[in-house]
Amino acid sequence: MSGAEYILQVQGLAKRYPSSSGSPAVPVFENVDFTIARGEFVCIIGHSGCGKTTILNVLAGLESASSGFVFMDGREVNGPGLERGVVFQGHALMPWMTVLGNVAFAVRSRWPDWSKAKVEAHCRRFIELVGLAGAEHKKPAELSGGMKQRVGIARAFSIEPKMLLLDEPFGALDALTRGVIQDELVRICAATNQSVFMITHDVDEAILLADRILLMSNGPRARIAEIVRNTLPRDRTRLTIHHDPQFYRIRNHLVDFLVHRSKLIQQGGADPSSAAASGPIEVSPGLLSDGAADVPADVPADLRMADDIALDVPIHHPLSANS
Amino acid sequence: MSLGLRSTLLSLLLLALLLGIYHVATAPSGGSVAGGGANDEYAKLMGKAAGATKSDGMPTLSQMGESALKHLSAPFYDNGPNDKGIGIQVAHSLGRVGLGFFLAAVVAIPLGFLIGMSPLLHGALNPFTQVLKPITPLAWMPIALYTIKDSSASGIFVIFICSIWPMLINTAFGVASVRRDWLNVARTLEVGPVRRAFEVILPAAAPTILTGMRISMGIAWLVIVAAEMLVGGTGIGYFVWNEWNNLSITNVMFAILLIGVVGMLLDLVFARLQHLVTWRE
Repeated sequence: MSGAEYILQVQGLAKRYPSSSGSPAVPVFENVDFTIARGEFVCIIGHSGCGKTTILNVLAGLESASSGFVFMDGREVNGPGLERGVVFQGHALMPWMTVLGNVAFAVRSRWPDWSKAKVEAHCRRFIELVGLAGAEHKKPAELSGGMKQRVGIARAFSIEPKMLLLDEPFGALDALTRGVIQDELVRICAATNQSVFMITHDVDEAILLADRILLMSNGPRARIAEIVRNTLPRDRTRLTIHHDPQFYRIRNHLVDFLVHRSKLIQQGGADPSSAAASGPIEVSPGLLSDGAADVPADVPADLRMADDIALDVPIHHPLSANS
Repeated sequence: MSLGLRSTLLSLLLLALLLGIYHVATAPSGGSVAGGGANDEYAKLMGKAAGATKSDGMPTLSQMGESALKHLSAPFYDNGPNDKGIGIQVAHSLGRVGLGFFLAAVVAIPLGFLIGMSPLLHGALNPFTQVLKPITPLAWMPIALYTIKDSSASGIFVIFICSIWPMLINTAFGVASVRRDWLNVARTLEVGPVRRAFEVILPAAAPTILTGMRISMGIAWLVIVAAEMLVGGTGIGYFVWNEWNNLSITNVMFAILLIGVVGMLLDLVFARLQHLVTWRE
């Protein structure tokens, strides 16, 4: 594997926290291996406590792993850096700065010798990109949750990173706002050919945004159990995605994993489709020919609507009237 | 009627009630002045002949008003060491408080910053602050007089030592509790230590630091009166002590009210500063 085609390579990552009783530490996750190609959008899904955020923090350089390596563009990651833009779960805006101030804080870090005017023009471009033109001089306290998260996205994009790391960026938003910002993210990522690593709990969000979806088994001893290739065409949109039969095959596969298999794998590797030693297998449940990993068509109704995610397919979305 | 208006009205009513009670309590009781002959003799000996203004006991409201008018009409006269205008006395006190407080801020805020950033320093210095903090500021006075050998500078030192603790402790606390997320943002942006200190930590901790400064200023103003009573010379505390030695309760009462009003104004200034640096989420 050469570094040329992959922007990010993760090898044998593990994290152990020392246990209080003095017994050997049980890893939260171990043997985590994956790669992200240039311009690829990768989502990671798993239950709480499987270490998703820790993995993202290791990629961001904010935390160190107990073992394993992360290479970015062929160079080892061992600290935070400006080539990786991070969007934090709780937006993490500085409340004493305006929208412009928050973005400018990042831009001045990236290009310290830029003039004030140049910094401002650059910031305004990205504030406009996330649809917040006119709110430049507002403080975060005056913005809604969705607007705050957009500022967080503008701040991460404004430093023009080689790679974007998103920690459940839409988790705290209502379904409508989430949909609108998802569309924007798709648009911006496509326009800039951005490589993205994103944590999400939302199956539909993952299918809409991701080229590949990493499925993590439950922790402790979590690992990447399976990699699902999203075979839907890349020009998919939120409004039409659910018309494609592939969508339901992928969705059922993911929900089935989260509801049943993620637990089984943790308990004793009862899942025959992936073996711990050989690393995660890559499946394409969207394609009919790949029958082995597919979920039967007669999945019970309660599994299809397994949780609140059903809300996130806005069939009667107000915007659909305009498009 | 708005709540503000109603509470103002109630305040005024309470004030009128208190003044009324005070007036009744201090009203001259005519009988004792026009007493028997023997008492007249005695009174004369004591310099309090009948007909002289009644100066024993608490002053009446009109005497208080007269005294206040007299002081406020000429606040800045200077007739030698024991007879200065009230404005000059207050200015001396404010000068000492200002200087002592400023020196304390110069030491406490940077030191508090370091303590807040470094758990090691926090652990190492904590026993010292815990022991030094509860010491009554005036207990330092003999040491200050002995080492500094200057009464005015000793007063400033006492203000310094009493102002330093709330600022130190609040600054350290404010800096230590800056949200992890904000520091992580700065880390991912490779922000250097100076920019991080001034653009992230300082504004994040500013409301807590200002709270500490406000508490310090309150304590400093409490302590200056007592300190000036001890060291003498000038200042509102010395004025109170001097007027007590003159047995002029009227002037003492006036000074007490003035101390309260100046203290309130100082607090208002810091409340305004606090408001300026406070951020909402």
